[in-house]
Amino acid sequence: MIRIKNLHKSYPIGKDSLHVLKGIDLHIKEGEFVSIMGSSGSGKSTLLNIVGLLDEHDEGDYFLNGQEIKNLNEKKGAVLRNKFLGFVFQSFNLISYKTALENVSLPLYYKGVSRKERQKIALDYLDKVGLKDWASHLPNELSGGQKQRVAIARALVTQPKVVLADEPTGALDSTTTDSVMDLLKDINNEGMTVFVITHEEEVADQTKRIVRLKDGIITSDTINVQRNPVKTV
Amino acid sequence: MFDLDRWREIFQSINKNKLRSVMSGFTVAFAILLFTLLFGIVSGLKNTFEGAFVDDAANSMIVRVWKTTKPFKGLQSNRRIQLKNPDYEYLEDKYDSKIDLMTARIFKNFSISYDNKQDNYSVTAVHPDHQFLEKTIIDEGRYINQLDINESSKVIVIGRLIKSDLFGEKPALGKRVNVGGISYKVIGIFSDDGGDNEERVAYIPVTTAQKLYGNNNYLSQIRIGYNQDLNLDEAIAFGNLIERDMRSKLDIHPDDQSALSVRNMAEGRKGVDVFMIALFFIVVFIGSGTLIAGIIGISNIMIFVIKERTKEFGIRKALGAKPSSIVGMVVQESVLITTIAGYLGLTLGTYILSLIGNNLEKDYFIKDPSVSQGLVIGATIVLIISGLIAALVPARKASQIKPVVALRAD
Ligand SMILES: Nc1ncnc2c1ncn2[C@@H]1O[C@H](COP(=O)(O)OP(=O)(O)O)[C@@H](O)[C@H]1O
Ligand SMILES: [Mg+2]
Repeated sequence: MIRIKNLHKSYPIGKDSLHVLKGIDLHIKEGEFVSIMGSSGSGKSTLLNIVGLLDEHDEGDYFLNGQEIKNLNEKKGAVLRNKFLGFVFQSFNLISYKTALENVSLPLYYKGVSRKERQKIALDYLDKVGLKDWASHLPNELSGGQKQRVAIARALVTQPKVVLADEPTGALDSTTTDSVMDLLKDINNEGMTVFVITHEEEVADQTKRIVRLKDGIITSDTINVQRNPVKTV
Repeated sequence: MFDLDRWREIFQSINKNKLRSVMSGFTVAFAILLFTLLFGIVSGLKNTFEGAFVDDAANSMIVRVWKTTKPFKGLQSNRRIQLKNPDYEYLEDKYDSKIDLMTARIFKNFSISYDNKQDNYSVTAVHPDHQFLEKTIIDEGRYINQLDINESSKVIVIGRLIKSDLFGEKPALGKRVNVGGISYKVIGIFSDDGGDNEERVAYIPVTTAQKLYGNNNYLSQIRIGYNQDLNLDEAIAFGNLIERDMRSKLDIHPDDQSALSVRNMAEGRKGVDVFMIALFFIVVFIGSGTLIAGIIGISNIMIFVIKERTKEFGIRKALGAKPSSIVGMVVQESVLITTIAGYLGLTLGTYILSLIGNNLEKDYFIKDPSVSQGLVIGATIVLIISGLIAALVPARKASQIKPVVALRAD
């Protein structure tokens, strides 16, 4: 699903440039539940933004669903994001003047789904995250955990290939963290590829594969045995 | 273009961000309001000045005489100048091609009576063309004609107010009135836009007056309607020519304004023309200034609004919004707001002008101010297009910002 080879990314800082990703190789198959671990500033978000087509890489190859990502213009990027990707951000990124239902149905609007259909599908997904009764509420009337569940519903509503979550529990307390992680696990159990960034061990522990990043290099990439059903030979 | 969902998005965005929308709308509404008022007031001034001339024919020119103030060719000053029939005939023959209308005037005052009612009135002896030079409006009967002149008929055309003074509601036409002891037949009743004083006047034929009152060939004034083909400058030159010609004919010092002068409407109109042209430039200057201020206002607000919405655009793009959809949304919203605001400004402006009406005529010379719809619609279109461009440029820039950068904005 995601295939990355020798990926580099630098940020220009004045005359200098800050080399953030220094040759990343990563292959994520369909249906995986992967977490990227690393301390703050190690380049996790940079990697996820590139994977999510929100930013461009400088060097190396990136294939998304078999399609090479290179010299993408904003229009093509928008179409690919809408079709293949769903995002969950640490700061939720809900549109403040839209209700929960309107926020969830927005990706469907950009997909060209009719209004009636949009509302029906969006309501189904709100139901799925347990917020059907909150459909007509504005984001500032929701708790942090509720906002993140709305954001997850919004990420799922177009049935993307991959859900990308950048520290989805970073702004949440431990109980709501668990409920959000349970939701992501459910999604993955239904077959969706989930890619989570975190710097919390407890969060990473709940994923099936843990990739550790340090100073822009992958230091380890391990299967989380606890979470993978032991295959009987 | 008509995308119901797009419109829904826009209405929601306007509705949920009222302050922002009102702010951008206000600039436009205010600019159009000022523009409307400005042009309305100028049109009101114009109406007043043009109105000042409706009373008499626009091409009218009057040869007036009084006393000399300068000795000339051995003649004393303080000599009384008298116009006579040969002067009239001289001008009539010599300047025939430049003259459309011509009349002499002899001013008299008589007591006019009918039945047991009587009062004093001005009586002016005239030629038939006087009707057109004075813009006399015949309500009943007819004016003095050439036959009356030829036969020195004792006929009289009386003003509307003389008629009501002497006859009340009773018919006056064909009746005989006594004018200074002589009986005249009323052949016409007239009104005049020049006001009450000009409707308390009676007209009789020139020849009748000369024959009955002094048996001479004296004239008080000669009034000429110059040929309408002359432009203002030519008409002014013509007036000056007559002035010089007549002074030399009557042995008056060439610069003796008091002895003989030509009062030329063309000069007044020229003055007003110059004034109106100056006013026009002032208005164009201020009007375009107002519009430019409006345009700058919208541009600034749009830049601000778009900056404020950068993060929202980043979110929308992450969810799959194409740059064109962002641009379209912003531009359409801006155009909608400018159109509505422009319309409000226009309506309010026209309403205020209609309230002003003729209230400011006395003190400020503003009469019935109004604006041509075309002008204001033109101004509104200019603002709408500006709203479009003002939104288009920053929106395009914003729509090209990488989502990752836009999402970081706050
Ligand atoms: N747009 C940017 N311009 C310059 N430096 C950046 C930019 N984004 C991130 N960085 C820097 O790159 C490094 C990696 O950032 P990031 O990928 O956000 O790390 P993480 O998500 O692991 O905390 C940090 O040192 C950060 O300061
Ligand atoms: Mg980060």
